[in-house]
Amino acid sequence: MSEKIKFTIDGKECFAEQGQNVLDASRDNGVYIPFLCHVKGIKQAGSCRVCNVKIAGRTMTACTTPVAAGMAVENDTPELRDLRLAIIEALFVEGNHFCPSCEKSGNCELQALAYKFQMMVPRFPYQFPQKQVDAENAKILIDRNRCILCKRCIRSFKDEKGRSLFAFKSRGHKLQICIDEECAANITDEMAQEIMNICPVGALIKKEKGFNEPIGTRKYDNKPIGSDITSVI
Amino acid sequence: MTRKITIEPVTRVEGHGKVTIHLDDKGNVTQSRLHIVEFRGFERFVQGRPYWEAPVLVQRLCGICPVSHHLAAAKALDVIVGAGTGDGLTPTGEKMRRLMHYGQTFQSHALHFFHLVSPDLLFGIDADPAIRNVIGVAMKFPELAVQGVMMRKFGQEVIRATAGKKIHGTGAIPGGINKHLTIAERDEFLKGADPLNIEKMIEWSIAALDLFKGYHKANAGLIDTFAAFPSSHLSLVRKDGALDLYHGVLRAVDANGKKILHDVDYQDYLKYIGEEVKSWSYMKFPYLLELGKEDGWYRVGPLARLNTCDFIPTPLAQKEFEIFRAYTHGKTNNMTMHMHWARLIELLHAAEMMKDLLNDPDLLKGDLVIKGTKQKEGVGLIEAPRGTLFHHYRINDNDQIEMANLIVSTTNNNKPMNEAVLRVAVDQMTGQKEITEPMMNACEVAIRAYDPCLSCATHALGKMPLEINLFDSKNNLIDKKRT
Repeated sequence: MSEKIKFTIDGKECFAEQGQNVLDASRDNGVYIPFLCHVKGIKQAGSCRVCNVKIAGRTMTACTTPVAAGMAVENDTPELRDLRLAIIEALFVEGNHFCPSCEKSGNCELQALAYKFQMMVPRFPYQFPQKQVDAENAKILIDRNRCILCKRCIRSFKDEKGRSLFAFKSRGHKLQICIDEECAANITDEMAQEIMNICPVGALIKKEKGFNEPIGTRKYDNKPIGSDITSVI
Repeated sequence: MTRKITIEPVTRVEGHGKVTIHLDDKGNVTQSRLHIVEFRGFERFVQGRPYWEAPVLVQRLCGICPVSHHLAAAKALDVIVGAGTGDGLTPTGEKMRRLMHYGQTFQSHALHFFHLVSPDLLFGIDADPAIRNVIGVAMKFPELAVQGVMMRKFGQEVIRATAGKKIHGTGAIPGGINKHLTIAERDEFLKGADPLNIEKMIEWSIAALDLFKGYHKANAGLIDTFAAFPSSHLSLVRKDGALDLYHGVLRAVDANGKKILHDVDYQDYLKYIGEEVKSWSYMKFPYLLELGKEDGWYRVGPLARLNTCDFIPTPLAQKEFEIFRAYTHGKTNNMTMHMHWARLIELLHAAEMMKDLLNDPDLLKGDLVIKGTKQKEGVGLIEAPRGTLFHHYRINDNDQIEMANLIVSTTNNNKPMNEAVLRVAVDQMTGQKEITEPMMNACEVAIRAYDPCLSCATHALGKMPLEINLFDSKNNLIDKKRT
């Protein structure tokens, strides 16, 4: 068994496996580094930038940075909190996130982060972009108003030939998620639920499920996001 | 010189509206209108949304009675998911929704009587507006004010326990409900510390009724004649003719009590009801097709419901209903201010219904949702506190809403409210040289009787200003007075 690597997060002594990234290692050490695009066990994308930390004076994404011996990671600092809040605010203004009528409300990671970082009024102007709802698939509804382009779905769900069920289409500000109807033709109810659970927001919705979880029992109704990693946030 | 008087905003009502009254050069009222000056657009922007979102999305129309919209939409979607037309749900599904609805009706009626109307009754229509408000009531009649607050709180807690939140919950879903009531919640409502238990709510409801009846006895002339006019009345009734605020068939009676809509299935409402649009208001004017635009208008709400139903299926409210009906010798009651009386009888009925439901074990266990063969279209009706509420949705093959039509309770009362304002304006203002604040409040008292929810964009704390604008015959503003 290889020896563990010693490093620190905000001065706390931590240990990591060889080759482990800072985000996974922080979780194993009971330290919460906020994130949106990362899924444990799936190749990291570094796309949301919410897990930005500071290492040796440089801002880096924790999910794509392997731990090195003696590394001193800055995580919970005023500067990084504000940087993360700015990213969350940017995600809110560039989509149409209407929490009051969204069935992911209470289970939504973006909403939970906004609460955790006490987002009030975003510092950026709302864009109110024109986005479409794609409801053609029998099991999954794509609401692009809410998509944050994290690629979790693209990376997580593949058919037996290894083809992704989801893909990006177009470029730049027109970039959007779409479903491969051929690969996704036989999505089961269980898989549709998994897809909905993996999506950090309400962009991928299992059809005809809506609001069957009562308020008070949803994931973030009683405890803020990150509570499962550490009791001291 | 002709004059135009504007009362804006109308106070102690839910939402924002204004009244204009036109006087000719002799001081005669030539025209009066209640304008609804806000545009909502929910029917349009719900298009394209997945159908199961409608009960949660459309209830955002209102912060006052969102439960009514929540349930009416859910009832329409019950039809779409093949769960029947209102009476096909599981016992738990239907009873939890009923409890939610009666909790809503209870808190809404309590709010209206104690907070919005009692200042007019306790201090008089012509009292100093500095006193004639809810703060004035709290100062002079603190026990009554506390009752109002606590009754509202009780109803709101019932909503929270059934819908998940006091305002804008998510309890009702297509085909049923998403939760049971817990034993702890039930026991709190049944046996909670005074005053927040159902027995006290019933006791206070009776006291509120007695207060009104006492006032009526002393002021029969005013209560029986103020803004009174003959009209038709429409509401849901249970199939056996009982008062039922959650589900039933559509019945309408004319001003003399003759049935003009004979207990019809509301899925076919378009066969019976049309809507007229007028250029000066965002609110439409519904009417019974058979009688036409001129004569087909009707009233909805507590007075209409007690005019259409044959009996009330709870004992204490039934006793009061018999007194109420005896007052008009069993005939249709067209007295606008009796709407308060009818509303308080319903307050008592809602409390009794909540007690019955809370003692029902179906709330604690049993299947929550039922679904059948999917349909493309569904209509949901409910008796909201303010009257009959219509929700109608049609979906496409991809489960998206492609058409929505809402006829909101207050919309049904549009013409009657205009009629009431006209009666009062003619009575109070004709030939008067000076238009006084009590005269304007009289117009508002007539509107207030309907407990209108004009929409929910305007919420003001404390006293809202009244503004009178005087215009000459060329529509130039010649005088402005703000109270």
